[in-house]
Amino acid sequence: MFIRGIGNAVKLAFVQIVRNRAMSFASLFSITAMLLVLGLFFILIVNVNMVTESAKKQFDTIQIYLAEETDRTDAQRMIQSLSGTKGVAKAWYLSKEEAMDEYRQKWGDKSYLLDGFQENPLPNSIRVKITDLELADSVVEAAKKLEGIEDIKYYRTAVDKLLAVTGYIKTGALAVIISLIAVSVVVVANTIKLTVLARAREISIMKYVGAGNWFIRGPFLVEGILIGLFSSVVSVLLVGLIYHKLAELFGNDILLIFSVVMVPESFLAANLLRIFMALGVSIGAFGSIISMRRFLDT
Amino acid sequence: MIIFENVTKMYDGNIGIENVTVKIDKGDFVFLVGPSGAGKSTFVKLILKEVDGDKGRIRVNGMDVTGISNRQIPRLRRSIGIVFQDFRLLPNKTVEENVAFAMEILHISSRTIRRNVPQVLGLMGISSKSKKYPHELSAGEQQRVAIARAVINNPTVLIADEPTGNLDPDTAWEIMQLLEQINRRGTTILMVTHAKDIVDRMGKRVIAIDKGKIVRDDRDGSYGYESEEAYSFRCKPGGVFDNNVY
Repeated sequence: MFIRGIGNAVKLAFVQIVRNRAMSFASLFSITAMLLVLGLFFILIVNVNMVTESAKKQFDTIQIYLAEETDRTDAQRMIQSLSGTKGVAKAWYLSKEEAMDEYRQKWGDKSYLLDGFQENPLPNSIRVKITDLELADSVVEAAKKLEGIEDIKYYRTAVDKLLAVTGYIKTGALAVIISLIAVSVVVVANTIKLTVLARAREISIMKYVGAGNWFIRGPFLVEGILIGLFSSVVSVLLVGLIYHKLAELFGNDILLIFSVVMVPESFLAANLLRIFMALGVSIGAFGSIISMRRFLDT
Repeated sequence: MIIFENVTKMYDGNIGIENVTVKIDKGDFVFLVGPSGAGKSTFVKLILKEVDGDKGRIRVNGMDVTGISNRQIPRLRRSIGIVFQDFRLLPNKTVEENVAFAMEILHISSRTIRRNVPQVLGLMGISSKSKKYPHELSAGEQQRVAIARAVINNPTVLIADEPTGNLDPDTAWEIMQLLEQINRRGTTILMVTHAKDIVDRMGKRVIAIDKGKIVRDDRDGSYGYESEEAYSFRCKPGGVFDNNVY
């Protein structure tokens, strides 16, 4: 009997959606629009996160440039002494040739620009990978005491600034997402309320004939869920499409500026679909239950 | 079977019905008559538990209506068939879907539904309209659909609230014959009406209600005395009951 009830509700829901096309479309449109905006902010957050994480990874290295007269054995001695310092994960020697190769790789097809140098301007260096960004300053202090170094490069301020900016972006986007969810729940509940209001007479007739609350609610509930589910799929497709276009337009620039690739589309799509399906289904279901409540009081 | 024992219902100090005691036996055909505002609607609403009584006890089909909870209301209503003046068909459902709906809420199998619905539509003489929507039907046909829906689950009681109010005299009489046919099969019928000639012609039990009280309960079956003043008011063109003048 329960199974038959569910089957009946699903059947009726499909019939209702088709017969009340205009209202179904209105609900579908508002849920999709809201999910679309949510999705765009979501991909913003995910990408900003990626930039932050990779920035942290990139800047957890201190570069110690060696003076011309410092030779490889001196460098090895320095590495040994540094390795004992707290906060050092790894220290290694990088010759000027290796440093140049690194640049060539990073610049890819624009590396011909480096051909202009007649002589390699890069110094030999020691790279120190630190375990914790907090300990970076003490490592830098220890390195300064070494003899035979020319300069120490550590982008502490740059990292701090970047982290601050991305932090603001993330907080802002999160605030927008939360307020959007609140607004959209109201919008969706109202849209569904309109649908229900248009069928208030229908509901009262059902009650006269002796239909129980769940019998009446069932098809509306399934209808809400189906519309939510469909909206989520449509909005993920739209977000995917927009993201694909954005990645095509800006992907390379972002790679150059931040040395970060954008989050892959397939990864985003899969996650977004899961989140949006859950969101769409809940919005549809809660929307219909909330907006039907006062019609089913007695 | 419907039993009212000293039932009173007030609306903000106004009398709905007052201290009404009446018994309608199984298989009865009863007309409930009276002027507008006399308490007829309250009487029906109390049976359907659309409103709660203030005093007294009501029993319908052995169920104590006064004592049941809101959750039990659907069960009560399923044991009663209801027909309204304005038909109250589901506009987005076809004729057969409207009738089937009353069975679906009882979770009856679709095989039984497919078997029973055409039978009842046949009895009501609207088999050819089964795929039509309510707005495509005449008023008389819509009322037949409503009756089909009301009787499909074989209720013991059928309540008809001015079922002929929106119909022309010939169609109204056809509907009355349908109701009598249903009554002959053992269904108790309570019909609220203003249609004097129908009441007189049918010769059934008549309960007259006025100002919330039962003023007459006759087995002999006539609409009853009507003052000349009231009669002329009722027959006035465009008057309140104009569509009941035959």
